[in-house]
Amino acid sequence: MTILQFFLWSVLKVAVVTVVMLLGIAYTVLLERKLVGRIQNRWGPSRVGPFGLLQPLVDGAKSFLKEDIIPTGVYRPLYLLAPILALGCTLISIGVVPFGAPNIGPGPLDLFEIANVNVGLLVILGVTSIGVYGIALAGWSSNNKYSLLGALRSSAQLVSYELALGLSLVGVVLRAGSLNLRVIVEQQATNGILSWNLFGGMQFVAFFIYLMAAYAETNRSPFDLPEAESELTGGYHTEYSSMKFAMFFMAEYGNMITVGCVATLLFLGGWTSPFGDLIPVPQNILIQALLPLFWFVLKVFSFLFLYVWVRGTLPRFRYDQLMNYGWRWLMPLAILNIVATSLWLAYR
Amino acid sequence: MHLILFLVFAGFCLGGAINLLIQSHPINSALSLIVVMVSLAVLYLLLGAEFLAAAQVIVYAGAIMVLFTFVVMLLNAGREARTLGSRAARVVGFPAVVTILAVIATVILHAQGLGVARLSDGLTNVPGQTNIELLSTVLFTKLLLPFEVTSVLILIAILGAVALARHDDTDPQGSAERTGK
Repeated sequence: MTILQFFLWSVLKVAVVTVVMLLGIAYTVLLERKLVGRIQNRWGPSRVGPFGLLQPLVDGAKSFLKEDIIPTGVYRPLYLLAPILALGCTLISIGVVPFGAPNIGPGPLDLFEIANVNVGLLVILGVTSIGVYGIALAGWSSNNKYSLLGALRSSAQLVSYELALGLSLVGVVLRAGSLNLRVIVEQQATNGILSWNLFGGMQFVAFFIYLMAAYAETNRSPFDLPEAESELTGGYHTEYSSMKFAMFFMAEYGNMITVGCVATLLFLGGWTSPFGDLIPVPQNILIQALLPLFWFVLKVFSFLFLYVWVRGTLPRFRYDQLMNYGWRWLMPLAILNIVATSLWLAYR
Repeated sequence: MHLILFLVFAGFCLGGAINLLIQSHPINSALSLIVVMVSLAVLYLLLGAEFLAAAQVIVYAGAIMVLFTFVVMLLNAGREARTLGSRAARVVGFPAVVTILAVIATVILHAQGLGVARLSDGLTNVPGQTNIELLSTVLFTKLLLPFEVTSVLILIAILGAVALARHDDTDPQGSAERTGK
């Protein structure tokens, strides 16, 4: 494959993945509004299109057409940089996620992953940790006390829970012996659901810790203190309007999708079928390409469903509870999990 | 290709470092430092050290610099006043910097065991061997003692910080007397 071919294929893959990701974000918002509506015994959006399915498009058009207000007291360069940083980091991290079977496509091309990186997991963690600056800078540059408090809360929360999040993944990495996401998935692929890290790998403690830390990392309820509307109006994005606000909004839902993808890859067997080899796959190339995609999307969707369900069920933590929970429970538990997994692997 | 990327990111790195020095607002300086860290990570990546690059981004740009900006935001530090600096620093400064850089460069070029790295070469020639294996083999065999000593050093620093932060709580009697008066 020549450099030019490689370049063109990469551009095509990036374009397709970005469009799918943005559509996914839009429809995650709709999923949340519908589901939370049903949990609260109302219908949610139902007027635009059949079952309200065109609502995200109308919302997008509305945010574009709103007046873009920049308050006079803001620190302009960082105020403009912050939403770009937040959304950019979200969209970059999806680039190393493998979402389909390998070895399908012309020549050595990997059709279902933009970049197969040796340290893929670390790349995702690194890019997410850069995403914190979007929120921190938004709050600081807005020159508003509510925004600043929201940003401070958010930075402290992200730094605290990033530790637990990183440590909870170490058990999985130890089992796979690699940080390459494709290798981690293939290690779980042999016996379907029985060899997933969540069940066969005995990593359910790690999964629980990852779940909690991931909710905190994406600022979702019950950990949504950075934008607790009853105390901080809008939190870090109080002073943002129009498309800039929409970019923060999209970054939040994009992070939810990324976190769901990582959970799927690390604990739920990625794109592989939960039945393993029990059901033979037809020899048709189209089905062989599309079936892994179906499983992957289904797993990510159930993770997002759980996200919304939790949001509709649990009330918000108090700030001291949040810090106690992260440092005194989740982190020691994650370290214990690493020790137990290492011992098990050593004396197996 | 590698050379172009190297030039671009080395440029970013130097530009960020210079910007860090001339900016008068602490948060701009902190952000320039992040640019330096991330471009350094890209340079590591170009040299084939992908694990080091990822660790650089996660640890330095993602954790340590977040604390920096956190403190700047929390204290709401304002602009620094510009001074011209002392006369002696201006006269001696540039020759001193040049001398130090020259000494360091000479030592690096002539020291035993330090070779020249080539862009686009990996850290290893063995196929299938990853960065992590290579680094951990060196870290846990040859450099085990320095590694453990460093971890003890960090532990001592953490304990010291906790001891300093809890200074008032350890003496409830004394603090009660103080507030009583």
